[in-house]
Amino acid sequence: MHTIYLDYSATTPVDPRVYAAMRPYFEVDFGNPSSVHRAGQRAERAVEKSRETVAGVLHCLQEEIVFTSCGSESDNLALRGAAFAARAERGAKWILTNRTEHPAVSRTAEQLAFQHGFEVEWLPVDKFGRLDPTIVASAICHETALLSVMLANNEIGTVNPLPEIARLCHAYQIPIHSDAVQAAAYYDLDVGVLNVDLLSLGAHKFYGPKGVGVLYVRKGIPMQPQQTGGGQEGGLRAGTHNVPFIVGLAEALRLTAEERAERIEHVLPLRERIIGTVLEEIPEAQLTGHPTFRLPGHASFVFKDADGNTLLQLLDAGGFACSSGSACKTGSPKPSEVLLAIGLPREWALGSLRVTVGKQTTPEQVDHFLQVLPGLVEKARKKRS
Amino acid sequence: MTKVVVAMSGGVDSSVAAALLQEQGQEVTGMMLRHWSELGKEAENRCCSPDAMALARRVAGELDIPFYVVDARDIFRQTVVQSFLDGYAAGLTPNPCLVCNRVVRWEFMLEHALDLGAERLATGHYVRTCRGEDGKVHLLRGTDRAKDQSYVVHMLGQEKLERAMFPIGGMTKAEVRQEAWRFHLTSAYRADSQDLCFLSGEDYREFLQRHAPQSLCPGAILTQEGEVLGEHAGLANYTVGQRKGLGIASPVPLYVLRKDIERNALIVGLGEKLGESTCRVTDLHWVLGETPASPLQVEIKTRYTSREVPGEVNVDADGQGATLCFDAPVRDLTPGQAAVFYAGEEVLGGGTIVA
Repeated sequence: MHTIYLDYSATTPVDPRVYAAMRPYFEVDFGNPSSVHRAGQRAERAVEKSRETVAGVLHCLQEEIVFTSCGSESDNLALRGAAFAARAERGAKWILTNRTEHPAVSRTAEQLAFQHGFEVEWLPVDKFGRLDPTIVASAICHETALLSVMLANNEIGTVNPLPEIARLCHAYQIPIHSDAVQAAAYYDLDVGVLNVDLLSLGAHKFYGPKGVGVLYVRKGIPMQPQQTGGGQEGGLRAGTHNVPFIVGLAEALRLTAEERAERIEHVLPLRERIIGTVLEEIPEAQLTGHPTFRLPGHASFVFKDADGNTLLQLLDAGGFACSSGSACKTGSPKPSEVLLAIGLPREWALGSLRVTVGKQTTPEQVDHFLQVLPGLVEKARKKRS
Repeated sequence: MTKVVVAMSGGVDSSVAAALLQEQGQEVTGMMLRHWSELGKEAENRCCSPDAMALARRVAGELDIPFYVVDARDIFRQTVVQSFLDGYAAGLTPNPCLVCNRVVRWEFMLEHALDLGAERLATGHYVRTCRGEDGKVHLLRGTDRAKDQSYVVHMLGQEKLERAMFPIGGMTKAEVRQEAWRFHLTSAYRADSQDLCFLSGEDYREFLQRHAPQSLCPGAILTQEGEVLGEHAGLANYTVGQRKGLGIASPVPLYVLRKDIERNALIVGLGEKLGESTCRVTDLHWVLGETPASPLQVEIKTRYTSREVPGEVNVDADGQGATLCFDAPVRDLTPGQAAVFYAGEEVLGGGTIVA
């Protein structure tokens, strides 16, 4: 059976053009960029060309780009690196963030609190999962080490008013980090406009390979390295460069920036069709996240008294790959922190579904999905009653 | 090609069952139930620990079949665990595996399987089925007598058996292990699970102490004549036929004859008093769906591990219960366990032994 893939927020297929760009660096130009010889020099050139490309998309300096192994590593480096440096330089110990962040941020903040003596303030979000700048204004102070808020949410697709929040941070000269892993596929990543100091990206969300990411670090932001060694990446992230994957990330990001308008034009009507049909045809269904400030390819719902896990299994058996905030492979679903943070009661939060479309999604696939979904939601409801 | 859901545990039996079905060309999906465990003891649950789950997932991965874990914690707690606690509170020796098979596996799980579009549910039980000339599905013992599990699935009726598949029922354990080798299944070495899964490896008495302490109220140990011999530590600690651990000094060996739940008393006596020639069963069930003519000469198995003995089933007029007459007295009849009726290889039906 041919599966219809509707989980582009989980990961995307590698664009053939990206794969083609990567291939030479496995077997032909396989050198270590840190080596002195020609082979090393060619690999180094590939890494630096890639850095130039990424810096071009982000409108930043090349030296502000740090290649990492994934978005989660970027988040970890941002939080740990900036928090430890802020404490060392100015004694700041407060980390401001919120409960809708990716676990790479929230778990890291928790560990910094429990094991390293930092204090975390979990800022409340509104019912759409947006962080209101006025909340930030009342929480921020000179003792704040850093603030971390995602650009767009993975589970509910909501986009945060990053530039305004950043302005407040900068008034106190507090560094602001943003996880843009989900947003990168569709948003302008100009760091001047976003106004952030630290920005995390992961290539596999925009048709690049898994296992490679970027952390943008604004020049002058105090950072402590979290992985020490050979001094690569400006001393912030040691380890032999993963040359083909870095090349793949850069090419994928370049294509994404170049084709942004047409990609949005492709997915937006599909998303609107999904949201409209689901809310119209399925009783006791709610959109989660913001109706307009949301990722263009992202539709997410909760169905009252439905079992989200069962729904995913039914969909999978019917040939549709989707996701859910409470997705759990071990049969003990818990309502997701994000859905609880936006104030959903348990009987709604356990019945969540995320449908994310992408470049290869066709209107026919979406129609097919929408024909099947209402019946499966009913089945998933029966199971919980 | 039939769409089949296989109940997988990560163990060798269900893994080989899945592999065999796939080799036959069936469209196989693996499914595992998340059973209930006490908070904090999930890791030790014998059936669905994270280890077992990882193992089952790996087997499914090797076979390249879909694999889903289904949350059965609520229904497992409400039915299997509750009847276990209620049974002990009522002075019975309950058999949770029977309840699990009837309610959790062959209702809850089967329904999930059908919802996924499957037509059949397969398990790694050592039992067989065959279609008779009467057009009905007959339930037979597993070929490997030492592993035969027909006792725990004897309550399946025609509707369930039409959906059931038991791919390894005709094989011996040794053959199953051989097949696991042939299929390169990693679970071939894992030991069989024995204890009740939700006890997480501890003694059932400790579990009762926490969840149904009333079933562990001390009371008197009496002779049949009413003479007080000592104090017992709660009726749930004892089984009919038990001799050791009574804690009473007596010149002759004394056995637990029965439990008097009204008086919370343990009745003991000489071994020769032990053994019943007859007993009552309720919730009578017949595999083929029809109540046969009484009296019916059969072989009766009164515990999962005991040997079957010849006897006669005399069905009540209403068909709900029966009186069993054994050819020779049976010493360890335990209220709460099932009495299962056999005619040679075939499982005819059964009922629940009552005091």
